[in-house]
Amino acid sequence: MSESLHIDWTRCRGRGVCVELMAGLRRDEWGYPVVVGGGSDLPIAPGEREAAEDAVALCPLLALSFRPSSAA
Amino acid sequence: MTTAPTTDRRPIALDFPRLLTGSGPGYDEHLRTLGPLPDHRGLIEEVERSGLTGRGGAGFPTARKLSAMTPRGVVIANGSEGEPLSAKDEWLLRQRPHLVIDGMLATARATDAKQLHLVVGPASEAAARQAVGERRDARGIEVTVTQERFVSGEASAVVHLLTSGDALPTDHTVRLTTRGLRRKPTLVQNVETLAHIGVIARFGAAAFRSVGHPADPGTRLFSITGDVQHPGVTEAEGGTPLRSVIGVASPRSVAGVLVGGYHGTWVGREALERPLALPTMPGAIPAGAGILMVIGEGTCGVRTTAEIAEYLAAESAGQCGPCVNGLPALAELVARLAHGDRNHGLVGEVERMLTLVDGRGACHHPDGTARIVRSAMRTFAADIEAHRHGHCLAAR
Ligand SMILES: Cc1cc2nc3c(=O)[nH]c(=O)nc-3n(C[C@H](O)[C@H](O)[C@H](O)COP(=O)(O)O)c2cc1C
Ligand code: SF4
Ligand code: SF4
Repeated sequence: MSESLHIDWTRCRGRGVCVELMAGLRRDEWGYPVVVGGGSDLPIAPGEREAAEDAVALCPLLALSFRPSSAA
Repeated sequence: MTTAPTTDRRPIALDFPRLLTGSGPGYDEHLRTLGPLPDHRGLIEEVERSGLTGRGGAGFPTARKLSAMTPRGVVIANGSEGEPLSAKDEWLLRQRPHLVIDGMLATARATDAKQLHLVVGPASEAAARQAVGERRDARGIEVTVTQERFVSGEASAVVHLLTSGDALPTDHTVRLTTRGLRRKPTLVQNVETLAHIGVIARFGAAAFRSVGHPADPGTRLFSITGDVQHPGVTEAEGGTPLRSVIGVASPRSVAGVLVGGYHGTWVGREALERPLALPTMPGAIPAGAGILMVIGEGTCGVRTTAEIAEYLAAESAGQCGPCVNGLPALAELVARLAHGDRNHGLVGEVERMLTLVDGRGACHHPDGTARIVRSAMRTFAADIEAHRHGHCLAAR
């Protein structure tokens, strides 16, 4: 099943390493990650799984998690 | 003729009474009019056949949520009504509380749920407690009063209220019917949805569908406010044209209508013949939670939207960065549109901010705020252009 990297906005405080690790994330003017396709879930491209695991492990606020792409 | 008085609102005549017909507020009167709640077998199938959808705003098929429940779960009746323009849930709780309780009991039985919660706004507390106290079969229902905040009625906020006392949305990656209140399967249903279940449990799906449109069966409650002579609550069949629904409230003139409340959609006069229904009905204006705010010719839609955007920004629950920062920035830009800022890039800047907030929160508050602003940009394009040239089309 395809997976996404989910951002829990209630935890995220911005200015994190996630944006450097994932090609599909950039930073908004307040420092929060922006999913390039919009929303709160970044579909994980093939070959990016390891980077995504690093992002989940390195987020100091535990704001990132994996979730199945189909879930609402 | 049936009337639907709400607190500090004048009663208005009803075109099509169903929830609003005489069955309360007292339990005796309810029983006299409708008889006892039957021990309904196969309620979920009946709800499925009825085509009932949620009346809390999203219009999700109710039977699908009921079927997702596993035994020993929780049923929560959501009467939070955080939206200030809405009056229907308070009306139901104060005038027809036993229909809501019937719906809760029938739903709990059908889904084998063990816990029942009725969450209400402060204005409905006394009525809700009185109604629950009036009947033996309602002894298991716990009444909780929510905080008056726009987002307090969002489903995860309602669950959070019951665990922590604070009605704040939470990030949930699985459905509440899978894991909700204290990790139990949890069904959150708007009180009007439950009242319709109360009707379906008694009279069946065919009776429910006997009015309305095949694509939007049954009736809906509408809260009508704004530039009208008789604001209040009315009931109409699914698929009724906007013009006839607002007609009962006697608007003096119509420059636009905000359909669905502060998270809803602005439409102009040209939309008056379109039906109010589920978005799946061709040509329909999504009825949402049934809020209709009329603005007359003397009211500027852009200014009204600016005020609403400012209110919505202040109502951010303060938890999510893009919502906390983005909504005030968006509101500020809309205020500049309203006040005749001549900057050429302003409309583009609003559009950029809309994409920046949309979908970036734990709840749909940013998305709803983006929706109303987007619809204002479309519906009031001529007004925005006039403002840029130093006039206002609404000014007389
Ligand atoms: C910001 C926000 C506020 C909401 N407020 C309410 C509310 O006051 N009452 C309500 O029933 N649903 C409200 N909802 C919708 C609920 O999340 C949920 O969808 C609904 O209670 C489900 O019931 P239904 O399927 O019967 O409509 C709100 C949603 C959002 C995003
Ligand atoms: S590392 Fe975590 S807290 Fe920091 S910006 Fe990324 S998601 Fe947010
Ligand atoms: S999106 Fe806004 S309103 Fe919703 S939980 Fe986050 S901060 Fe609160």
